[in-house]
Amino acid sequence: MLVVEGLVKRFGGFTAVNNVSFRVEPGEILGLIGPNGSGKSTIFNLLSGTLLPTAGSIKFDGREIAGLPPHRIINAGVGRTFQIPRPFRRLSLFENVALAGYFGQNRHSVAKANEAAERALGLVGLPADRAAKVDGLGAAGLKKLELAKALATGPKLLLADESLGGLDEKEMDQAADMLRRIRDELGITIIWVEHIMGVLMRVVDRVMVLDHGEKISEGLPAAVAADPRVIEVYLGSDAQAAQAVAAGRG
Amino acid sequence: MNGRRLAAAAAAVVLIAVPFVHRDPYHLHILVLILIWSFAYTSWSMMGRFGLTSLGHGGFMGIGAYVTALLWNHLGISPWIGIPASLVCAGLLALVVAYPCFRFRITGHYFALVTLALSGIVLQIIIASRDYTGGSLGYTPDRATGSALAALQFDDKATWYLIALGVWAAGLLIWQVVDRSMARQALEAISEDEDAAAAAGINVTAEKLKITVLSALMTALAGGIYCQYQMFITPDTVSGISVSLQMVFAAVVGGLYVTLGPTVGAVITILMAEALRIGFGTKGVGWDNLIYGVLLVVFIIFLPKGILGSALERVRARLSAR
Repeated sequence: MLVVEGLVKRFGGFTAVNNVSFRVEPGEILGLIGPNGSGKSTIFNLLSGTLLPTAGSIKFDGREIAGLPPHRIINAGVGRTFQIPRPFRRLSLFENVALAGYFGQNRHSVAKANEAAERALGLVGLPADRAAKVDGLGAAGLKKLELAKALATGPKLLLADESLGGLDEKEMDQAADMLRRIRDELGITIIWVEHIMGVLMRVVDRVMVLDHGEKISEGLPAAVAADPRVIEVYLGSDAQAAQAVAAGRG
Repeated sequence: MNGRRLAAAAAAVVLIAVPFVHRDPYHLHILVLILIWSFAYTSWSMMGRFGLTSLGHGGFMGIGAYVTALLWNHLGISPWIGIPASLVCAGLLALVVAYPCFRFRITGHYFALVTLALSGIVLQIIIASRDYTGGSLGYTPDRATGSALAALQFDDKATWYLIALGVWAAGLLIWQVVDRSMARQALEAISEDEDAAAAAGINVTAEKLKITVLSALMTALAGGIYCQYQMFITPDTVSGISVSLQMVFAAVVGGLYVTLGPTVGAVITILMAEALRIGFGTKGVGWDNLIYGVLLVVFIIFLPKGILGSALERVRARLSAR
């Protein structure tokens, strides 16, 4: 579904992403982890067209999307959320999602956009009430809104950026289950970026680990959590926890 | 919203009846000016309300006026064709200036500065080509020898009042259509966060370009109509930086987020300029600009939604409190 080859992004003399290649198969959830500044968000911004790659190729459904403007990539079926929620505060909650439904899917019909918005809001568990405002939402609510906006664009591939930052443990579990449901019920392929390994390991099919812009490990959660290079990057403790989670799920 | 429709219909009847009831030429003249400038300020606010602050609209207005007059005087082309031709020129110029700005993410202050240069350049071109445009002394379209209608030249103030009223009403209608469209929501989203808007699938550059070109076309139309009405244009009164700033000021004072805000701004600024002219005569030349400047600062700090915007907000708050 997604084939990335030799992806490079340099900012001046600094190489944020260095020759990264990976594939995403239809229907899988790929976890993308790494410490702060390892290049995860940069890869997302490259995949979604917010940044232009310095070199490399990104093929989505066999079509080269590297270098396309963001709206074309969204229309092609790649939805994204932002690490820090970016709602439109001058629009209502419903309008936020309906807007994404209108412009995100190439159909440009208000009725279809409203339908998409109602479905997306229902799925993430937000009210489809037309009068509701964005200002009433807390951290968890804003994350849900972010997800609803991305879903309303009708993605085949969802790029979920650090969805769990700022949430408590229970909210994290719920959010992780949400992503799994999105995959199971809607058949949407997901790349999930996180820096916390624990919850992610429970849900993802495969994991890819980045450090200093390079891929240092990739594979099944249990194998990656046992990889000495990953343990080194994560100073052991988080990796041990991840190993425990991965072992527990068999 | 039936009550609102009724009120609009009643207002339309009253406004149309004015020149048939009240024939004082001076009052009609002031009303025509208010209507034409209201339309120009509305045109500016079409994009200004989305944080696209242009200081170049004097340039578009100048093109509307000068292209129309030049085509008439030098080539004998009727304003019926000249005005559309001037709109095409203004639209093309808007595209040429705005596309690189939007493509390369020149926003906010930097966008304002680029457009400020546009104002200055159009002004300089008019002044520099004085052999054709009359330079800073101004320019007068030749009097029509044939049909007044074909030349769009009328001596009758009542006729101009009705034309200006129609153009102004059309401006409000365009505003309403945009206001109810998804384009409005897209532009609101863009004005808040361009990356997030793009992630919602919005073609940010295209949406901004569309509203900018629409705004430029409307402003050029205001220039063409102004030229035909006044039959005398100077670079300072229809073009240049002072006209651009005047648009910003009037829109901010009236309220650029509500339909009739720019109109209220036009009423206030034109009445103020007239009062100063009558009260102080030549001693007061330039005072209005000084007052504009001071008031602009005061308004941006204390009443950013403008007079009409703030008043409507207060009325709504009181109604919902009941």
